[in-house]
Amino acid sequence: MNVLIDKFDVFAGGFWLTLQICILAAIGALILGAIVAVLRISPVPPLRAVGTAYVNVFRNMPLTVVMFFAAFGLPALGSNADFLRIPVIDSLFTRLGTDLPYFRFALIALVLYTAAFVCEALRSGVNAVPAGQAEAARSLGLTFGQNLRHVVLPQSWQASVVPLGSVIIAMIKNSALAGFFGVVGDLSATADQLTGAEGYAFIPVAIGISIGYLIMTVPLGALLDRIEKRQAVAR
Amino acid sequence: MTTGEPLIVLDAVNKWFGPLHVLDDVSLSVGRGEVVVVIGPSGSGKSTLCRTINRLEPINSGTITFDGQPLPAEGKPLAKLRSEVGMVFQSFNLFAHKTILENVTLGPIKVRKEKPTAARERGLALLDRVGIANQADKFPAQLSGGQQQRAAIARALAMQPKAMLFDEPTSALDPEMVGEVLDVMTSLARDGMTMVVVTHEMGFARHAANRVIFMADGQLVEDAPPAEFFANPRSERARDFLSKILTH
Repeated sequence: MNVLIDKFDVFAGGFWLTLQICILAAIGALILGAIVAVLRISPVPPLRAVGTAYVNVFRNMPLTVVMFFAAFGLPALGSNADFLRIPVIDSLFTRLGTDLPYFRFALIALVLYTAAFVCEALRSGVNAVPAGQAEAARSLGLTFGQNLRHVVLPQSWQASVVPLGSVIIAMIKNSALAGFFGVVGDLSATADQLTGAEGYAFIPVAIGISIGYLIMTVPLGALLDRIEKRQAVAR
Repeated sequence: MTTGEPLIVLDAVNKWFGPLHVLDDVSLSVGRGEVVVVIGPSGSGKSTLCRTINRLEPINSGTITFDGQPLPAEGKPLAKLRSEVGMVFQSFNLFAHKTILENVTLGPIKVRKEKPTAARERGLALLDRVGIANQADKFPAQLSGGQQQRAAIARALAMQPKAMLFDEPTSALDPEMVGEVLDVMTSLARDGMTMVVVTHEMGFARHAANRVIFMADGQLVEDAPPAEFFANPRSERARDFLSKILTH
């Protein structure tokens, strides 16, 4: 078990990189997922079709395949995903700005894939709001956008937050795939490096990696439990 | 009471829910200031009729005209029409996350772009009119059913509508709360509001309505002044319906 102490800096570095991917991917997936959800519940049929098609594609494709498309498809199209080199943000999340594009590719794949699940979690929240609420808003003359903003979304949030949390927890674990698509030094790639290149025993390393993921997921789960309890009391 | 061209005109309106013909060639016109009460057995299409007038239910054929204009199909024009037609639901449908006063002022502020202070002032006056000004800062769930329904009426009135639709406004209420809601509706009728009221309250139909419409199986079976309808129903269906509800 000495590896946990001797190589603590390697684990900590991997943890920090994985945390960076997860923070950025969570923000991206929440924004994109919200947009897709609005498309899926819009009164305009073509927009609904676009939203539904998006969810069908990305919810049903294995993440590994999405990662393949991002890591090999984007370069084939001549893109290095340079649009993600966002000035101020790349000074905090330094990997966004590197010449090696694999961090950006993994991020894109994770966002595209997770957004489909975010969309469905938000939509289940919207469906939990009684139809009469939206009907009353419409009968007052509120437009679709006003209806969402002032009546439906504030009430759907309660029903969305727990499934949304599960989606983000799943995303954190899914981020482990990034290490196999060229992202050097994230938590899962750390295992590869320590056991393969440096010859440490696998089980202690795997335990170290697991602790790293648990530090991210367990507090998130506890936070969700608290939110859920508070809501139950408020009801 | 009726002056000039009618406010609401339905012409040969048909609607199907799948194979079910819920509105069968219904034609009806409601004059300005007129109070029309729609009665009939459940499943006769009376709620659907009420909901087609602000297009909460789209129709399959026929035309509906409001204030001289055919109902718009979608978008901004439809939202504008709905803002001119107040609607009161059986289940109140007050916005659960907003206070009573916020419920009443949301439409004027967001749809009519009124100043919040002016909207609040008018909202409070309306809540006072329906007798619940002291509940303004509570949430809907803290009010009794009768109070909630009166708040819902105030919310609809805040848009200064040209007509009010009532879809079974007292059917979800405890018996002792029916009266307070009917009182508000009666005073509205007396003030000359154009009203279409779907209800089972025969007393209200008798004393507040100008006309009673009797519907059965999606068809408009009778259309008569209340005194005439209750004394001498012409159709077998109406006689049968009245005998069932008036014997107890």
